[in-house]
Amino acid sequence: MISDTRESFDRKIQEHLESIIVLGSMVEQSLLDAVEALKERDLDRAREIYEHDQVINEKRYEIERKTLITVATQQPLATDLRRLASIIDLAGELERIGDYAKGIARIAIRLGDQPPLKELVHIPRMAELTADMLHRAIGAFVQLDEEAALAIPDEDDQVDKLYNILYRELLEIMMADEDNIDRATFHLWVSHNLERAADRVTNICERTVFTASGRLTEFDRSDDESEAF
Amino acid sequence: MAKISIKNLSLEYSDGTESLQNISLEIPARAITVLFGPAGGGKSSLLRVLNRLNDLADVIRIEGEVQLDDLDVLSSQTDVIKLRRRVGMVFARPVVLPFSIQENLTYGLEIAGEKDRYALESAVETSLKKAALWDEVKQRLDDPATSLSGGQQQRLCLARVLALEPEVILLDEPTSGLDPISTAKVEESLKKLKEDYTVVLVPHSVQQAARTADIAAFMLQGKLIEVDSGDKLFTNPEKQTTQDYIEGRFG
Repeated sequence: MISDTRESFDRKIQEHLESIIVLGSMVEQSLLDAVEALKERDLDRAREIYEHDQVINEKRYEIERKTLITVATQQPLATDLRRLASIIDLAGELERIGDYAKGIARIAIRLGDQPPLKELVHIPRMAELTADMLHRAIGAFVQLDEEAALAIPDEDDQVDKLYNILYRELLEIMMADEDNIDRATFHLWVSHNLERAADRVTNICERTVFTASGRLTEFDRSDDESEAF
Repeated sequence: MAKISIKNLSLEYSDGTESLQNISLEIPARAITVLFGPAGGGKSSLLRVLNRLNDLADVIRIEGEVQLDDLDVLSSQTDVIKLRRRVGMVFARPVVLPFSIQENLTYGLEIAGEKDRYALESAVETSLKKAALWDEVKQRLDDPATSLSGGQQQRLCLARVLALEPEVILLDEPTSGLDPISTAKVEESLKKLKEDYTVVLVPHSVQQAARTADIAAFMLQGKLIEVDSGDKLFTNPEKQTTQDYIEGRFG
């Protein structure tokens, strides 16, 4: 028979997981919106995203605080302990991805009154891939789906490849006309932020594997030539 | 090498309940080995085999081997009094003798033939220090032991065991009646004691097991389900039954 204590503990864990889903959705949306604002040169939207980062930060601390209270009061062990530790870790990873979105929004604001450099193709694609990976990584964590979590990091290679293509393109644009250097550097930073965001999705998948199996593994792709800097 | 080696130990009480089923366990020296699990799992029975306290119970069958170093614990040739001096025990409820604090500690030694006053006084101080009680009682060693708080009485019982200089200390839920601060003090003294002694503890909660165990042995219905380092067992146990129990899904 499962005790009342266990049932209330399960409810708490569920609440924390739901908060992670909420934070994950906020971050995913911020990332897509920031790139959209950059592409559409929508300064108002960019400012909104920039300011919305504060809400993301507060949600992260709320999750940390509430999860710590559960750890203190329930004294969890085994999978429960690993899951709660990972929830705290995920809250941090998501908040950092939120910071990358904020960084992109800031660049969108800085580039707002300058003429477009080129039509944005690779950057929106990188954002879509990253947001999709993030969405599924959160799902795998909540469902404790180790198989799904193991598969997602390979997709990071596509983001890295796009980053490397864009890097070369931007270099060529800079070499062609030195007036482009400033704007091209900003675009390079945007793509770097997206590449870093995708790396953090990989960290989330590592936490899912840890929660499910107790194994702390790093999805090391250091031999892969497509890896970004 | 193990301080205590248990091989294929089975034990059955006269009412037909089989309390231990084919238990094999190596208990290392200078470590805290924790036996934990739900009530009726055989933890106390196993603990009591180690100093033959089960001799007094209605045991109709006991099979297997229990070695304390080279001593065959279960042999009828074994001197039980000598065995219990080597293997001391602290129970759930502190039972202090109706004497002074000091006499509680010297009583056992005097029965064992110690007459040297200096040796007795020295044993009082040493054992009280080891049980983390010395600073609290050094000014009032002649006060009745019953004047001590519950937590202090339990540490006095631990000191009484230590005064006889055992090699192994068995503790059966020694903090079950104590407040959190007294519990922390007892646990702290156990962590110091393990540097010199073999400690076998039946904890009063899974949390205490997790806090104290160097080696953790999960027992359920007379069987040993899983043994591992405490660090491993309480964060990532191998068996689903262990996981379900430590996560509070049954018990």
